This record gives sequence, C-alpha cells and structure tokens, in this order.
Amino acid sequence: MPFAIQHLIAVSAGLLFGAGLAASDMNNPERVQGFLDLFGNWDPSLMFVMVGALLLALPIYQWVLKTRKTPLLAKRFYLPLSTKIDRNLIIGAILFGAGWALVGYCPGPAIAALGYGYTDVLIFVIAMMVGAKFHQLSSKKDQ
Amino acid sequence: MLELFSQVNYTSVLLGGAAIGLSSVLLFVFNGRIAGICGMAFSLMATSLQRNIWRILFLGSMIVGSLLFHYLSGFEYPPAPDTSLPLLIFGGLLVGYGTSLGNGCTSGHGIAGIARLSPRSIVATLTFMGAAIITLYVVKHLLGGTI
Repeated sequence: MPFAIQHLIAVSAGLLFGAGLAASDMNNPERVQGFLDLFGNWDPSLMFVMVGALLLALPIYQWVLKTRKTPLLAKRFYLPLSTKIDRNLIIGAILFGAGWALVGYCPGPAIAALGYGYTDVLIFVIAMMVGAKFHQLSSKKDQ
Repeated sequence: MLELFSQVNYTSVLLGGAAIGLSSVLLFVFNGRIAGICGMAFSLMATSLQRNIWRILFLGSMIVGSLLFHYLSGFEYPPAPDTSLPLLIFGGLLVGYGTSLGNGCTSGHGIAGIARLSPRSIVATLTFMGAAIITLYVVKHLLGGTI
C-alpha cells in the first residue's frame, strides 16, 4: 500500500514539475538562451524561477534533514553516494553547460517539451539518451 | 540595466518556480528521492522496469503537466529550438554525456542539491552555468552564430 501512495506522490510531483516548467516558460529554448546571454540582451527570468523554487525548497529540505531520519513513506533518503568535488563533476558540468547553451534545453524541459510534438525535440532527447549511454558504457569498463 | 528586469513576468516565473520547488520537496519528503530529471531518465537505461515505475510515472506526468498547463491557461506552446540539425544532435550528446558524468543537471544539482546545501551541487551548478554563459558568448558574439 505505501508503494501505491509513493506512486501517487510521483505522479503529483511530475504534474507540478511539468506545469511549473510551462508556466515559467522554461520549456522555451529562446527564453533559456536569453538568460545565458549575459553579455547581450540578458533575460533574468530563469534566475527568478530558481529563486521561486529555492525559497520554498531550501527551508523545507533543511528542516526535514534536521528533524527526520527517514522520509514519510520510504525506508531512507536516497542521497547521492559521492560527496567529493572531483574531475568528473567539473568536466561533466562543463560539457553539459556547453550543450545547454547550444540548444537551450536542459534534460527537464527537453523531456517536458516532447508533448508539444516537435521532431527537433525528439531528436535532441534521443541524442541526449545516446550521450548518457556512452557514458554508462564507458564507466562500466573502468570498474 | 533596469529595463532588463522589466521583461520578466514575475508572477509566472516565481509561481512556476515555486511549483518546481514543491515538486522537488514532495518527492524528497515522502519518497526520499531526489527530483533530478536526468538521473531519472538515464536510470531507465540502467536498471529494471520494476525499479523504474515511479520514474516513468514522474516523467510521463511531467509531460502531461506541461500540456495541461497550456490547455488550462491558454498559453501558447513555446517554439521548437532554432538550431541546425548537426548542432541539435551535438548539443544533445553533450547534455546527455555531461549530466551523466557530472551526476546531475539543473533540477538535481541546481534545485534539490542546493536545497540540501550540498557543496558538490553548488560547485556543479556554478560550473555549468558559467560554462553555458561562456559558450553562448563565444558562439553568438565572437563567432557570430545565430543562437
């Protein structure tokens, strides 16, 4: 039963996330590139989306992490295993930032925009999954 | 400088941002999961269907949530990216490889990670934002590209 409720939470959270992206126009690559164009006609919109998200999320996350050992419906918090700031983190972030600027999509808006039915979005998402698969295969080889 | 801020629709961006923040909170507080979109999408290729059901539900609902917002508000769909095919594919490969290598994107590092005050996520967010701003500057203003 708690499993079914967890699924309901996933659906609600997904709906909210998608609605939030559309409402703030973050599914619009031009809007996002406008934010990244700091030395041109800068559009600060994305900054206020982050502010709106963090004003709500930061205090609640901090309060929950201080007062609870487990989440309400699951056995534990599934936190990232690595806490190191290493080469992979930095190189990964640089490559991601470059791709983000070229097209104007990060993974969330790209997937949310699949619903608009544009072929270009589908091509981008497939390329993104292929890129991630390359990394999954190459990191398996290292181990 | 002030005119730049007048092009922002504050109601939309702050409320839209709050909806994204609330989504991240719900998933974390109830299910103990980080709302990182790239992590969810890439797990679909790395683990069993059974373990991915919640991720499929989240990602599917996210697509529906965007469509529902347009339907209810009457806001038009945003345009598709204005990028040539080779650049579209190259950009997608970079975003996929980079977020997989760096373990997160705007949602996972930028929102959930910063809300946890994770130093790793704060560094990642500053790095990908910086890299994106520099890339856009080089391609648009130095090379005269059309993005």
